[in-house]
Amino acid sequence: MATINTGNKNRYDKLFNDLTERNEVAFIPFITLGFPNKDQCLKLIRQMVKAGADALELGFPYSDPIADGPIIQKANIMALNAGISRDDCFDILATIRAEFPNLPIGLLLYANLVYGTGLDETYERAKNVGVDSILIADAPLREISTFKDAATRHTIQQVLILPPDANHEKRQAIANLSEGYLYLLSRSGITGTETRAGIPTRDLIKELTTLNSAPLVLGFGIKTPTDVAAARSAGVAGVISGSAVIEQILLQLEKGNDINVSKFIQAMKRAAKRPNRMAR
Amino acid sequence: MLDNLPSPYYGKFGGMFVPEILVPALEQLETCFLGAINDDAFNDEFYAMLKTYAGRETPLTLCQNISPNPKVKIYLKREDLLHGGAHKTNQVIGQCLLAKRMGKQRLIAETGAGQHGVAMAIVGARMGLDVTIYMGAKDVERQQQNVFRMRLMGARVIAVDSGSGTLKDAINEAMRDWSASYEHTHYVLGTAAGPHPFPLIVKHFQTVIGREAKQQVLAVEGRLPDALYACVGGGSNAIGLFADFIDEPDVSLIGVEPAGKGLDISGQHGATLGTGSNGILHGAITKIMQNDDGQISKSHSISAGLDYPGVGPEHAFLQDSGRVTYTSVTDQEALDAFHLLSRHEGIIPALESAHAVAQALKDAQQRPDGSILLVNLSGRGDKDLAQVMKHSEKEAH
Repeated sequence: MATINTGNKNRYDKLFNDLTERNEVAFIPFITLGFPNKDQCLKLIRQMVKAGADALELGFPYSDPIADGPIIQKANIMALNAGISRDDCFDILATIRAEFPNLPIGLLLYANLVYGTGLDETYERAKNVGVDSILIADAPLREISTFKDAATRHTIQQVLILPPDANHEKRQAIANLSEGYLYLLSRSGITGTETRAGIPTRDLIKELTTLNSAPLVLGFGIKTPTDVAAARSAGVAGVISGSAVIEQILLQLEKGNDINVSKFIQAMKRAAKRPNRMAR
Repeated sequence: MLDNLPSPYYGKFGGMFVPEILVPALEQLETCFLGAINDDAFNDEFYAMLKTYAGRETPLTLCQNISPNPKVKIYLKREDLLHGGAHKTNQVIGQCLLAKRMGKQRLIAETGAGQHGVAMAIVGARMGLDVTIYMGAKDVERQQQNVFRMRLMGARVIAVDSGSGTLKDAINEAMRDWSASYEHTHYVLGTAAGPHPFPLIVKHFQTVIGREAKQQVLAVEGRLPDALYACVGGGSNAIGLFADFIDEPDVSLIGVEPAGKGLDISGQHGATLGTGSNGILHGAITKIMQNDDGQISKSHSISAGLDYPGVGPEHAFLQDSGRVTYTSVTDQEALDAFHLLSRHEGIIPALESAHAVAQALKDAQQRPDGSILLVNLSGRGDKDLAQVMKHSEKEAH
């Protein structure tokens, strides 16, 4: 029998409550686990948390990431070429959880990483290393029950993605189902910094709030503090930025510099705090 | 909304495992397809184009010289004679008509051997549509003539460098394009794989192969064949041949996968059904080649069209149910059949189709006198000449 561990289940709730009180939105960086290798990845994650990341969205490297643009594809390839395995990913997760017991940790996976290796095994291992939520990039609403049922069995929060052009029926269903937070897609297409984020309309945010949706977190194309500020004023509860973070790291690796994303994360987080006007 | 939507599943296989952003495009396609196939005008246009433009029906040819047992007959269903040189044109015409019906002017597609891409370029040029083809960089290299053909007919060919640079990566890239362009673009998936409703649609438009073959063999033999053979990469020519025979229990159905350099060498074959396990690739639960971590394995085949670590979900189902037997033949066996058919029947087969021929030749030795075997000669081998030449040179050294 699965036991309900309410302590873990509330990490997102606690975070979003605290941020609301402080009039901030969540800044959530995404990185591919094991990119550019196991040690550096751990180092990067520590940097990000210390620089102000409110939560983490982490991906297992995958051979066929169809929802990702060239930057995250590259991170996937580099991690796989560094020999990063599923076991390595769970190792990193366990380490991070031990160091940051209150930090919400979400996984962003492709369906085969969960299905091909055994649905329950994956959710159970994720639970055991302290993962809060799982989002599956290629499991839409109409196929979600398989995953959602496993998530429920292992008390993991299943996050769903809502496209900006979804009809009312779909908005309602996804608002109902998504736990922890709701991943609001800023635009169509794949991840990447090449196409800027779209900013959701007030009507959409109002409607989702009326539907009692989990906190709205905007992702895809969040590249600069300006994007974060725009999302913040539109009324979302948080933003996810992946390609922009990885792009910084790739540039530093190319130059042969020590990798350091602290400044970038700090700048993004500042924009997540500040009311509309820029700093003096 | 239409009632009685067809199931997206074949037993436990199939489904629509794509990013949420693509679901409306797939649902729109499903609705369009179901409306179209119940519309006489659509069907008339489809069959008229098959006849007057693509050259249907294709003949059924009795082999005169290659059967190892003269009392075992081997028939070839001549999809190699279809305009474009392979069976691909059948369903491309169907899907391009669907695109027109949806008002989508831009078409994207993946291609492996280049045959689907060529069919796309052909029909796109004819219908005045804007065609972009994604093709693995490795395949661009080994199928240069087809690349030239596509460009000649106005298609834009984009070489895909990511991953293994073959068919699976071309599909990934086409799906990435589509997830931003679906409003005005139709993705013409080229095989009976991928998310629902593609396996259903591709099968529907390819069923003409088996329907014709059935009538043709009945007309000359007065009975059904004992066994059907088709090569299986994604599986569109096979499902097209098999569909009308699935309910004929006396007809054995044999799908032939590429054993490449040998089934025991990981990464050196493409026998997904023979060696794979259940997983999710390109939008469907099906049999796939993967490692213990769920990473998709690299495949290999001498024929680019069979070089794919997945397979259509209905084939996974037909294997599970036992209705179809899936075997495999090696690169070398396929090459031998390629040479044999060229030398003794005057027919140069596609390397893909040569796999099916090779299996039929093996089985003909075991079959009792009076047996009738029917092979889907899904494409012609002109595109493979450079590669076979290269291979012969290597052998000579």
